[in-house]
This record gives sequence, C-alpha cells and structure tokens, in this order.
Amino acid sequence: MQVLQVLVSGVAQGCIYGLIALGFVLIYKATETVSFAQGDLMMVGAFLGLALMTALSFPFWLSVLSAIAAMGAFGILLERVVIRPILGQPAFSIVMLTIGIGYVARGAITMIPNVGTDTHTLPVPYRNEVLEFGGVVFAVEQLAVIGVTAALCAVLYLVFQYSKVGVAMQAASQNQLAAYYMGIPVKRLNGLVWGLAAAVAAIAGLLLAPITFIHANMGFIGLKAFPAAVVGGFGSLPGAIVGGLIIGVVESMAGFYLPEGFKDVAAYVVVLIMLMIKPSGLFGENLRKKV
Amino acid sequence: MRFVFKTGYDQDIDVAKHGGQRFWYSALLLGLVIAPWTLPDYWLAQLTFVLIYGIVGLGLMLLAGFTGLFSIGHAAFLGVGAYTQAVLASMGWAFPFSLAAAAALSALVGAIVGLPALRVKGIYLGIATLAFGFIVEEVLARWESVTGGNSGMMVASIDIFGWRADTSESFYFVCLVCAVLCTLIVLNLLRSPTGRAFVAIRDSEISAQSMGIHLARYKTMSFMISAALAGVGGALYAHQIRFLSPEQFGIIQSIDLLLMVVIGGLGSIHGAFLGAAFLITMPQFIALGKDLLPPAIGQAAGLQGVVYGVVLIAFVLFEPLGLYGRWLKIRTWFQLFPFYRRGLFKRQKAFQKSDRLK
Amino acid sequence: MSDTLLSARNLTVRFGGVLAVNDVSFDVQRGEVFTLIGPNGAGKTTVFNLISRIYTPTSGSIAFEGQPLGDVAPHRIAALGVARTFQNIELFEHATVLHNLLIGRHIHRRSGIWSEIVFAPSVRRAERETRRKVEEVIEFLDLQHYRDTMVAGLPYGVRKVVELARALATEPKLLLLDEPSSGLNVEETGDMAFWIQDIRDDLGITVLMVEHDMSLVSKVSDRVLAMNQGEMLALGTPAEVQAHQGVIEAYLGTADDSTSLRRAAP
Repeated sequence: MQVLQVLVSGVAQGCIYGLIALGFVLIYKATETVSFAQGDLMMVGAFLGLALMTALSFPFWLSVLSAIAAMGAFGILLERVVIRPILGQPAFSIVMLTIGIGYVARGAITMIPNVGTDTHTLPVPYRNEVLEFGGVVFAVEQLAVIGVTAALCAVLYLVFQYSKVGVAMQAASQNQLAAYYMGIPVKRLNGLVWGLAAAVAAIAGLLLAPITFIHANMGFIGLKAFPAAVVGGFGSLPGAIVGGLIIGVVESMAGFYLPEGFKDVAAYVVVLIMLMIKPSGLFGENLRKKV
Repeated sequence: MRFVFKTGYDQDIDVAKHGGQRFWYSALLLGLVIAPWTLPDYWLAQLTFVLIYGIVGLGLMLLAGFTGLFSIGHAAFLGVGAYTQAVLASMGWAFPFSLAAAAALSALVGAIVGLPALRVKGIYLGIATLAFGFIVEEVLARWESVTGGNSGMMVASIDIFGWRADTSESFYFVCLVCAVLCTLIVLNLLRSPTGRAFVAIRDSEISAQSMGIHLARYKTMSFMISAALAGVGGALYAHQIRFLSPEQFGIIQSIDLLLMVVIGGLGSIHGAFLGAAFLITMPQFIALGKDLLPPAIGQAAGLQGVVYGVVLIAFVLFEPLGLYGRWLKIRTWFQLFPFYRRGLFKRQKAFQKSDRLK
Repeated sequence: MSDTLLSARNLTVRFGGVLAVNDVSFDVQRGEVFTLIGPNGAGKTTVFNLISRIYTPTSGSIAFEGQPLGDVAPHRIAALGVARTFQNIELFEHATVLHNLLIGRHIHRRSGIWSEIVFAPSVRRAERETRRKVEEVIEFLDLQHYRDTMVAGLPYGVRKVVELARALATEPKLLLLDEPSSGLNVEETGDMAFWIQDIRDDLGITVLMVEHDMSLVSKVSDRVLAMNQGEMLALGTPAEVQAHQGVIEAYLGTADDSTSLRRAAP
C-alpha cells in the first residue's frame, strides 16, 4: 500500500515537472529556443496568486484565473521586449538571456520587503483535504495536479496538431524566413507562444504551491524539468508530460528504496541514461542535416 | 593608425603580433608583478580571485567559446580540483604534485562528462553537463569519508617542498605564475592544429570531419583540457577560501562561470579574464552603490541578483561580443579616428534557422 | 600503381522506402575529370556522400586505390587522399579564409598535443611549412585579396573558390566537386573551368564532379555518367552522353509529357 502512496506522490510531482517541461517544449516547438526561465516564471505565478488571494482578497477562482491571465500577458510582454530582438542569434545567447531573466525574476521577488524572503502557504480551498479510496489516502492537492495536467495536455496537443495556429508555429520554428514568406505573422505567434508558456508556468506554480509552499527559490525545481523534456523528446508535447511522469516516479521510488542522496540525483541519472541510449527521447524526432 | 607590414610567417605564428602588443602586454605583466607592493591587501585578494576565476574561465572559454560545446555544469570540475587538492595537501603532498593530480583527476572527470558530447549536440549536451554537475555535487556531499560531506573541509596552506606560501603576497605570486602558464598553454593550443580543429568543430562538424578531424577525439580532448584548467583553478580556489563545502560547486557557481565567459566575450582569451574581473568586482560596485539608493532597494537581499540578471540581458541584447568586444570597438574608434564608422561592427540581421538541422 | 583510382560496384542506397541510388557502377581513372550529370534528385550527391562515408550503402562497395571503403570512418577519408566540396558551402564562418585553409592542412599534422602545448620548435617549423603550402593554394586560386577576411562577409562566388581552396589544401589524390559552378556568373564559371583543367593537368589531381552546366561539362570532362532517379543512364565521352536518347528524354521529357501543361483553347 505504501508503494501506491509513493507512486501517487511520484506521479503528482512528475506532473509538475511535466507542466514546466511543457512550457519549454512549447517555446522550443515554436521558436526553437530553450528557456531556462520557466522555473522562475512558475515562482512568479505562484507569488502573484498569493498576492491576489491575500493582499487583494480575491476569491479563489478569480485569483487563479487572473494570475494565469496576468502571467500570460507578462509572457507576451517579455517576448516583445527581450526575446524578439535576439531571435536569429545563436542558441547559446538565447539560453543565457533566459538565465538572466530568471535571475532578475528571482532577485526582484526577493527584493519585495518582508514578503520576498519568507516562505508562504497558498490558501487554497482544498488544502489538507484527503480522499480515501480503496484503503489508500490521496491528498487532494496531488489529485488536482494530476487532473489539471491531463486536461491541459490534451487541449494543447489538439491545438498544435490540428489547428492552423499550431502548424504555423511549427513552421516558424523550422525556418523563420520561409514562414515570413508564407505570410505567417511570426512575431505575433512568438508572442502568443511565450504568453502561453508563461500561463502554463503559472498554472504549475499554483498547483505546486500547496505542496511545496511558496518561496523565492521555488524555481529551481524547474531544473529537473529539463531531464523530463529530454526523456520525452524535446519537440513533443505529450513527451514532456510522459518524461515528467517518468522522472517523478523514479525520483519518488529512489527516495523510498535507495539510501539518502539518490533521490536528488535520480532525475539526472535517468536523463544521462536516456541520452546514451536514445538521444532524441521517447517521442522525439531524429533529424540529420542533408549535405 | 597602425599598419602591420608582414614580412615573414613568424609574425603570424607568434603570440604577440607587433611591437605595440609586446609593449602593452609586458607592461600589464609588470603591473601584475608589482601589485603586492602597490595594491592594498583587500584589492590584492580580489585580484587573486580574478586570476583564479580567469584560469577557470580559460577552460570554459576553450570548451564553449572555441569548440562550441555547451557546459552548464562546469563547477563540477572546479569542485573536483578543489577537493583533490585539499585532500592531497592534508596528506602532505607537495604542491606541484597535488596540483598535477588535481588537474589530472579533473581531466578524467572531464573525459567522462564529455562522453555524451560524442552522441548529442547543442542543448542536449548542455543538459547532460547540467546532469553531471548535479551528480558530482551530490557525490562530493555524500562521500563523507573523503570530503567531509556537507559539514565542509578545512584546507591547509600551500607547501612547495618546504616553502610555505602562507602570506597573501606569496600566494598571489603562485596564482600569477599559474595564470600566466595556463594562458600561454591555451594560446599555444589555439595557434596550432589542435586549436584549429576545435574551431572547426564549432563552426561546421560535417566539414571538420571531411577535413580529417576525428570529432570524438577532439571533443574529448577539449573537455579534458577544459576540465584540467578548471581543476587547476579549483585547487588554487581551495587554498584561497580555506574552507570547502559542496554547495560552493553547485548550479549557481556553474551559471556564474557561464555568466563570466558570456559577459567577458565568448571566443576570446581576454574575455576569460575580463569576465572574471567583472564577476569579482561587480559585488563591490553594488556594495558601493547600495548607499546611494533608497534603503528599500539598496538593502534588499535580491539586489545583486537583479543587477547580474539585468547586466547579462543587456550584454546579450546589445553587446554580444561581450566586454572584449566593447573594448575592441573602443580601441578601433581610437585607431581609426576620425574615420570610425558605426557600421564596422554591425551585426547581420539574422533569421532563425532550425538548429536541429545544423 | 594501377590506373583505376576509384571503383564503385553495384551501389544501392535506400532511405526508408526511397531508392536513392540503384545499382550504380563506375570507375574513375587516375588523372581524368569524371562528371556525374542528371536532373535533380538523380542521386548524384548521394553517391558523393557514399564516397565521403557520410552514408553507408545498403549494398554494393566502393574501393579507393584498391582499398575497400566499407568500414572506413568518415574522418579517415581525407587522410586516404579524398577531398570534397559541398553543394551548400560548409565553410567555417567565423574564421578567416587563411584559417579555413590552414584547417584544410589538418591531415598533414605531425605534432602531438604535448608538443603543441609548449609550442616546441618542431611545431613552429611545421606551422611555417603549413603556411607555405597554403600560400601555394592561395596563389593558385588568386585568393590573396581575401586572405584575412572573415568568411561570413564574403560574396557567394568567392566562397565557392574558398571551398575549392580548402579541399586543395589537403593535397588530395581525388577531388570531389559538388556543383562547382552553381550560383556563379559566366565569368566565374569560366575561371572555374580553367582551374579544373589546371588541377588535372598541373597538379595531377583526379577530379570527380557533379555538374548541371552542360557547357562546363563538355569543356572540362573526359568522361560523363548520366543518372536519373538513382539509376545509370549513359556512360561515355561528353558528346556520346549528350546525344544519348535516354539522357535527352530525362532532361527535356518526351513529346507526351508536355500535354498536361497545355492550356485549353480560350
């Protein structure tokens, strides 16, 4: 029975990783840049939710929706001001830029007097509630994570696969100049994608907050999402979630069965194994340059 | 304006291209040698740090700037070098031997970390190095019998066959000698076939291969040399800060190192040292500027992070060639005065192309 | 020393369901200029990639100077004496022309990493020799003006020449030229023709090239192989191949082909 418990918490944690990885993969699919800022955007989203619920005393659902919308807008703004000038430069520069964004986000939140340096709890209505099912106790917080992730993933997959917007995003990521020629509003699309990724990060932050509490260094969890994205295959949306789940479960199991310390590195060992066996990930594509 | 009139191949092969360069670099060297007598103690210590980080930066520059291989977990090599040195010094090894061992062990770890490089590229390699960085940090923390784990480890002072470098001046000279030697080594590599092979791998792997460059061998070599340099830097770092703990070699340190080479100027030797100078002196400037700002901003804990982030973003957006690039532009302005044109260094408008198909 | 430098036997390459090259066999004699022609998608560059060992044939074999290339690693090909240029120019963009050519001399490197670290006198001597050799190539192709220019800033025509220079710097026995005249104007194409002839006559290098420009092909080639959709069509002198019925049909199509393009009368 305890195994099931461990499994469920692993799945829930994995969903968080998956959501953050989803953000990366969205940005990667659309603009082929890697964003190291997702974790920190998640943290900002959580703080925003906190601010709306406590300082402004919004009701729960309004806070959640406003936080997500606000982060979406922030993502679009970020793209417009900081990312757009840099597209076309080598990938490394863009990665460093997003690292810089992460620094600024972390530092800015820490600078908020009294609030930034403390740990907070998010007043969610389902806090500490549990569900009993077949003898196993599930924390509602964890179930919420799993449920929302599944729904979100389904929606996004359909959008990318079947809608014009989705296909246009993929085109822009492969050859920007050709996409321009085809009349695709590349810049607007990029803004949309970053907004979407930021919104997804906000959702992840709000879901994670009841489990790990809100603090400025929350974003470092985002680093574990990279192994998730790699395991799943960097260009694949369902892959991001699957990768996250794998990492989450392995980590949970490692924490339970293996001696101390293995839990923290489990994710990284998994990704290294993956890179040696199948670098393109479980669902990724294998591309080669034609000369 | 200086016109370099070339009459022999040696002028191209030499490290210093003309009399002017020889003069200025000799002056710089002289300045560094007399530093213990001209600088106050505090700034001497900072300069020592700059030299140490410069050595590590040389390694990372060779790997990321010249061979084009992302390494986001570079602090791991720093840590391996630091702990190796600390352990061997406490066992009584003489400094030259323990330094060599630290470099060799780091190089070995570098070769292992470089294994994914033979199979994957770009961001995947970056994530592999990130993963290794975390694993090494964890190993350093768990291997308590050797490293003292999370409670840390004290480091003795340098002992070279009896001569103890335990004053800040003598330690500074040890670092200076190491820094100069490491710089010369990297310069020599870059002007010989190996260095050219690295650059070839960065720019086009497929044609490097068709020119006869064994990709796996040179990528591994680049990782090993880069790690060895970081190991040397780590060994000196251990003696400088005197107390090691595993979290000093974690992701934050790795990102600081990357910040250093990017702001310094990717793809140049000067960039390594300029970036190191930036990394060490920036906190000083922030500390100085704190008092000028209103207390709400100035005394806040996150100020340093914000400043670092903003500076990094500014450099990536406006000065991709880094501090060295800015220096080149200033120097060219003076050299070409009054004929300097803003278009001389203009970046080409680039459209995004798929990196997967590179 | 036999006369046949390169021999390909029954080369077949399959990419998934696509048969890119189907049972292609030919010999390249030492000292000749051998050209592969054919419409786009005929499999010409694929054959090149087989020789450079970028691809491995599904079946068939290639032998260079009698030695089979089946297991040779891609980076060993240059050392064997085969150099190539690429259709879509693969130069080292962030280096000068000189630097690109110096990299071309890599296979002639004699120094090990330890002597390079200390830059021993032997390394310096080797460097001077390398630069001398590279200067010969620069002079041969009139690149003096561009010696210290970054490749990224060069016009297309010059880049093609640098690509050729870099291949020559390896001192090859066999030179693979992939569409040397594509993108060049009439004058540059004329220069290229002269250079190919000089490479064969003065430098004694055998040339295997892929080309679309028929006037260049006729002017320079000793023998021509026409391919279409991965298969061999005709092999012989330029005149023979150009007169071959199958070749004419492959390029221009038969009388029936154009009916689908005919517009209905208004």
